[in-house]
Amino acid sequence: MLKSHVKFNSVSGKRLILIVDDERVNREILGQITAADFEPLYAANGLEAMEIIREKQEYLSLVLLDLLMPEMDGYEVIRKMRSDTVLSGIPIIVLTSEESAEVECLRLGASDFIVKPFSMPEVILARIQRTIELFEDRHIIQSTERDALTGLFNRDFFYRYAEQYDHFHADQEMDALALDICHFHMINELHGKETGDEVLQHLSAFIKGVITETGGMACRLQGDKFQLYLPHADREYEEMLIQMNEHFSNYKEFHIRVRGGLYAKADKSIDIERRFDRAVLASNSIRRDYSRVVGYYDPKRFERELYAGRLIRDIDEALEQEQFQIYYQPKYNVTGDMPVLSSAEALIRWQHPEFGMVNPAIFVPLFEKNGLIQKLDYYILRKVGAQIRRCRDKLGITVPVSVNVSRVDLYERSILDHLEQILTENALTTEDLFLEITESAYAEKGEQIVAMVEELRRRGYKIEMDDFGTGYSSLNMLADIPVDILKMDMKFVQNLSSSKKRERLVRLIIDIADYLNVEVIAEGVEDTYQLEFLKKCGCGIIQGYYFSKPLPEEAFLELVGKELLTRGVK
Amino acid sequence: MLTMEALNAVGADTATGLARCINNEEFYLKMVRMCLEDDRYEKLPVAIANGEIDQAFEYAHALKGTLGNVSLTNLLGPVEEITELARAKKTEGYDELLAKMQEEYAKLKALL
Repeated sequence: MLKSHVKFNSVSGKRLILIVDDERVNREILGQITAADFEPLYAANGLEAMEIIREKQEYLSLVLLDLLMPEMDGYEVIRKMRSDTVLSGIPIIVLTSEESAEVECLRLGASDFIVKPFSMPEVILARIQRTIELFEDRHIIQSTERDALTGLFNRDFFYRYAEQYDHFHADQEMDALALDICHFHMINELHGKETGDEVLQHLSAFIKGVITETGGMACRLQGDKFQLYLPHADREYEEMLIQMNEHFSNYKEFHIRVRGGLYAKADKSIDIERRFDRAVLASNSIRRDYSRVVGYYDPKRFERELYAGRLIRDIDEALEQEQFQIYYQPKYNVTGDMPVLSSAEALIRWQHPEFGMVNPAIFVPLFEKNGLIQKLDYYILRKVGAQIRRCRDKLGITVPVSVNVSRVDLYERSILDHLEQILTENALTTEDLFLEITESAYAEKGEQIVAMVEELRRRGYKIEMDDFGTGYSSLNMLADIPVDILKMDMKFVQNLSSSKKRERLVRLIIDIADYLNVEVIAEGVEDTYQLEFLKKCGCGIIQGYYFSKPLPEEAFLELVGKELLTRGVK
Repeated sequence: MLTMEALNAVGADTATGLARCINNEEFYLKMVRMCLEDDRYEKLPVAIANGEIDQAFEYAHALKGTLGNVSLTNLLGPVEEITELARAKKTEGYDELLAKMQEEYAKLKALL
C-alpha cells in the first residue's frame, strides 16, 4: 500500500497516472496492467502529454513516458517537466527498449525505467508504486517548504532555493520582483477570510503561470506579499502587472490593485533577502501613486532610506554616548548704543562615529516624523538646564537659553513636569529657559498646541515663534497665537541688500510684531548692512555670524566672561 | 480464426503475451489483432527499397515494440533483425529478412 494519500482527483478515487506512448497497443497494455490500482490517462505524443500534465499538475502521481514519439519526443517532455518548479514534483518512468537511453534518461531526471517488451505486470506495478511512494514521501518533507494555501514556496525555502539557483547559474542575471495587494486586509475585513484566501489563490495561480513561462521561482512571503525571482530577460514588467490586475476582473467590486516593485539585475554580492528588501522599497515608492503598477528600484533613494534607517537605529546609542553636542549661538540686544549679549539659542550637532558631523536639517525632520524627536528634545533640555546652572555658578550671571520644542512634545502634558524638574534640579526659574516653537507646529491640531503653549506661558515660560514667515499662519490666526517673541526666518535677512521687496517684507514682519506687541529676533545676520537696516526698522535682537557663530559650551562661557568684563561687571 | 492455439501453432509465445495482459485472453487477442492491423508491414519494404533507411528504422522499431509486448515471437525475430540493420544505417542485406517477415506476417494475418 502506498503510505501517503496526497494526490487524488479522479472519479475512481485512485491516483491519476499518465501513459505516454505513440503505439496504441503499448498504451492499452499498460492501461490494462495499471487500471486496477490507478486511473490511467493517455497521450500519444509529447505535446498531448504536456497539455494533460499542465492541466492535471496538482493531481498527477506519475508519468510513464515513451522516448521516441512524433511531435514532441520523451526527452523534451522530461526537460520541460524538470525545469518547472511544480512539474518537477511529478515522477517520470521512462519506457524504453534502448539500453543506451537509460542513463541519459536518469541523468535528465527520470526516476526509473521500464524496458520493452514490458516485464511482467507485477514488476511494472511494483516499480510504479515504489516510485510514487518515494516521491510522495519526499513530498511530505516538501510540504513544509510550500505554503499550504497557495502551493508556492514559503519564505525560508524560497530564499534557500534562490541561493542554490544562483550558485548553479552564476552568470545568469536575475530580477527580484516583490508583489503585494493594496489594502488586502480590507478584503478580509469586508468579505471574510475565505474570500481573502480565494483572492490570494487567484493571484498565486497567475504567478505560477508567470513562472512556467519565465523560469525562476516564487513564494508567498506572508499575508498578501509575494516574491518572484526570475532570470532577467527583455521583459515588460509593466505589462505583466497590468495583466495580473486584469486577472482580477471577476473581483471588480473589491477594487483590487496588485502593486509590484522591481529590482532588476539584482546585485548578487548582497544577500538574497536584502535584494528583495530593495524590491519592496521600490514597491513602496509607488504606494500612493495609483497611476502606476510597478515601482523601480532607485539606488539613490535606497541610499537615503538606508542612511535614515541607520540614524534612527543609532539614536539611542548616540544619546547614551553623548554623541549629540550642544552649541550655543548668542543673541544680542541692539537697542542701546552697544550691543549687549542677552541670551542664546541651543543648537544641536551630531558627531556620528561613522558618518562624522550629521546635519540637523537631515536628522531633525526624520526624528520629528517618527516621534523620536521627543527623546532628543528632552535630552537637550536637560543638558541646557545644567549648562545655564554651570554658567551661573562659574560667572555669577544667568544667560537665558532658548531650546527648540517640537510639536510632538506639546501633545503630552508630561512636558510640563519635565520642564519643572529641570528647573528645580538646577535652581532655575521659567525666565531662564526660553522655548522655541516653529510656526509650522501651530498648523496641525492648532487648538491643542495653542492650549499647551498658553499653559506654558501661564507658568512663565517665554515662547519664541521660530522660522516665522515660513509657516502657514494666516494673518487672522496670528492674532490668537500665544507668543512672546517672533523669530524672523533667516531667509528674509539674507540678500536684504539685493532687493527692495525683501526690505519691505522685513519691515512688514517687524510691523506685525509691533502690532502684536511682541519682540522680534532676526536670525542669520551676517553683515553690517543687514544689522543697520534691521536696527533702523526697530528689530531689537540679532542672532547670527555677525556677532558669533554657534559655540561649544566652553567657548560660549568664555564669551560670556569677556562680555562681563567689557560691561565692567564682575 | 484468431485463437490462442492457432497463435501457438504459428510460433507465438502466447503464455508470455497473455501474462503481460494480466491473463485476460479476450484483451490479449484484441491487442494481437491491433498489432497485426498495421500498414507499416507494407510500408517497411517500400521504405527500404527506396533507400529511406531512417524511415525504415522508425517503422521497424515501432513494430518491434508492439510485437514484443504481445509476444508474437515468430514475427518479432525478423523485425528485430531489420531494426538493427536499419539502426546501423545499412542499405543492403534486408531481402531475406523481409521475405521471412512477410512470410510470418502472412501466417498471422491469415488467422484474423
